[in-house]
Amino acid sequence: MPLTTADNQYRWQRRERKQQLAIWAGWFVGILLFLICWKVISDNTIWEFLEDAGVQGLSLVNRMIPPDWSITGSLMGPLWDTLNIATVGTALGVAIAFPLAFLAARNTSPHPLMRGLALTVIVSSRSINALIWAMLLVTIVGPGVFAGIIAIALRSIGFIGKLLYEAIEEINSEPVEAITASGAANTQVLAWSVWPQILPAFVGTAVYRWDINIRESTVLGLVGAGGIGLQMNAAINNLAWGQVATVFVLIFATVVVSEWLSARIRRSVS
Amino acid sequence: MLKLQGLTKRYATGDLALNDVDLEVPAGQVLALIGPSGAGKSTLIRCINRLVEPSAGQVSLDGQELTKLRGKKLKLARREIGMIFQSYALVDRLSVMENVLSGRLGYLGFWRSLLRRFDSEDVQKACELLERVGLLEMLDKRGDALSGGQKQRVGIARALMQKPKLLLVDEPTASLDPKTSRQIMRLIVELCREQNLAVIINIHDVALAQQFVDRVVGLAAGQIVFDGKPDELTEETLTLIYGEEDWSAVDTEADEEEADADPLDSIARGAHP
Amino acid sequence: MNATASRIELAKKGHWKPLPFISDQRLRWGLNIAVLVYLLLVYFSVEVNWGRVAEGMERGLNFIASFASPDFISRTDEIFLGIRESLTMTFTSTVIGVILSVPIGLGAARNIAPLPVYLFCRTLIALSRTFQEIIIAIFFVAMVGFGPLAGVITLAFATIGFMAKLLAEDIEDSRADQMEAVRSTGASWLQWINYAVQPQVMPRLIGLSLYRLDINFRESAVIGIVGAGGIGATLNTSINRYDYDTSAAILLIIIAVVLASEYFSGYVRKWVQ
Repeated sequence: MPLTTADNQYRWQRRERKQQLAIWAGWFVGILLFLICWKVISDNTIWEFLEDAGVQGLSLVNRMIPPDWSITGSLMGPLWDTLNIATVGTALGVAIAFPLAFLAARNTSPHPLMRGLALTVIVSSRSINALIWAMLLVTIVGPGVFAGIIAIALRSIGFIGKLLYEAIEEINSEPVEAITASGAANTQVLAWSVWPQILPAFVGTAVYRWDINIRESTVLGLVGAGGIGLQMNAAINNLAWGQVATVFVLIFATVVVSEWLSARIRRSVS
Repeated sequence: MLKLQGLTKRYATGDLALNDVDLEVPAGQVLALIGPSGAGKSTLIRCINRLVEPSAGQVSLDGQELTKLRGKKLKLARREIGMIFQSYALVDRLSVMENVLSGRLGYLGFWRSLLRRFDSEDVQKACELLERVGLLEMLDKRGDALSGGQKQRVGIARALMQKPKLLLVDEPTASLDPKTSRQIMRLIVELCREQNLAVIINIHDVALAQQFVDRVVGLAAGQIVFDGKPDELTEETLTLIYGEEDWSAVDTEADEEEADADPLDSIARGAHP
Repeated sequence: MNATASRIELAKKGHWKPLPFISDQRLRWGLNIAVLVYLLLVYFSVEVNWGRVAEGMERGLNFIASFASPDFISRTDEIFLGIRESLTMTFTSTVIGVILSVPIGLGAARNIAPLPVYLFCRTLIALSRTFQEIIIAIFFVAMVGFGPLAGVITLAFATIGFMAKLLAEDIEDSRADQMEAVRSTGASWLQWINYAVQPQVMPRLIGLSLYRLDINFRESAVIGIVGAGGIGATLNTSINRYDYDTSAAILLIIIAVVLASEYFSGYVRKWVQ
């Protein structure tokens, strides 16, 4: 009891003694773990490099300003590729994640074995970053936009699949009962009672992922999977920081626009 | 017409919800199923259209045995049985018209239903029903834009859209205020009498049931403990169904409600303010 | 109302179509045409070398097959060191990032921060959120040299953007009456934050931190490509050498860690509630 009486007076503590001790123990373990981790990192760091980090950073920024606007025109093609990688990749991801989510949701899955399989696909896809998928795909299908599209799609399956199957599991089951009771076929039950309920989650998730994918696809070029990242990589290798700055500004503008657009679409579907 | 024989349901948790229930309902009869919460009323009607699988016993509708049906045949049988729910069970994001037309899904192929290509007769029928329940002007409103009473009217129209032989009604008024409850009960009973449907209404408002139905069946702990005319319900039988309580209070409450229900009859018949 | 009336008239005659999703006809057609044009442009501008793709299929199958025979043995040391570095980077950067995101999140909440502070914090958040972790890592590697420190700074910076934005939104959404109540007791600014704001946002803050821990681990597996430490460099090398058995081993470890962290965070979230 946090509230006790002693010597005819109330004494109040925020927590019980045991609970308080457990919390202190938790903090102790956490801080210890942090120190150990920091030690590992510190051992692998050459601290001498850090002495001129400020100078390095400043000179980097100095070399970036002003950005080299002369290459802007030649960046439009790669930027278009980046947009396509994100958009087509998201669309492909959505197309695959959609049926997968119904297989993975407890209330719509046809068989527990199917559910396990679908969940495995979702978790594998989610755990592996788009850039890793891109590295793999470049070795498999060759460098270019196509590898980027597939990489984005593969990463999006897990993200969209997870959010979507959670949305399916949270639907109100009464309309489902009502449509079932009217003698509708199973596919009609999905289309008439499950789908209208998950529509906002579906659109929201897809658009949100598209927004993330725009960001992700800007770097896929680093491993050869097309888009503006290729030019960025080339500029970095040539130490042409003015050009790098131009790429950054373009990316920034694109991301701001896509974020605005995605927020707009999500608001209109509720 | 509807015949239950030895209907029993034991849930996976071990709870015995229905214990050897025998019941026969002829066409055109309005039957109220009363009983305390947990008596098995809801399970009983859900065993009829197999939203709940009965553990034992038979359900037959017009001589057809329902408990063994699977797949397509089960769906065909469900078309004949309309259902109305306590919390309306409308699909919120669909329009009123779509909700009503969804009663026709069992008669329509998947793609046509996806593209909303309903038969012209179905659309006309839906209009008639909506006019009857006083909501035709609302046809393009979304399900979640309606009030509770309006939602239940749409639910009634949806169930009747199936052109059912039997109507299962699960606590239609539990989420509504007393006036609206009365209007909804009156609407259900009137419509069913017109179409000579057999109806089972789960209800725990005994006074309301007595006023509208032909026959009352009392369920307690999964067994039928009373079966008779509404006016045969006595304090002893109520005690048998619900347990000890001062039942005279129920009657007076019912009288008071009767007094102020009349001016709203026009609304119940379809006029919508 | 006129439009509804004519729709009702048509429906009575059996003609009914659902209302279109976008009511403005010009906008609807504009969007349809825009989508069509975009698809055509994509079709003509995305070049796929199908010959190369077909050639690669065998390698693709090899990669999938390698999950049946992952090779943890031949590069055990590199894998162990890489994973250890990734894990330590993840934990350290999340802790630092979360701690720093609290003041920045407070500063980015319009209802408690003065305008100059608000603008500064929002700019920082926008910068951190716009650029993919890899780009930030390139910048910090150039500043502090190769190694896990650059990775820690990168991930901490990305964490700040993620956490501070959500925290700020949460604070802006929190109940104004509770905040007024505590302020009216004469509490100082810090006391006010501690008593009025913290209890409202704490559970979500913990949940988000755990989620970010998960994201940071996944990111720590790629920023090694640009020299910011972690398992990424080893993974990159193994893929470029077509040493898919080792890649598969590393990917399986990553999946296992993500699964474990998810299980753990689900447990903690339940406990915090």
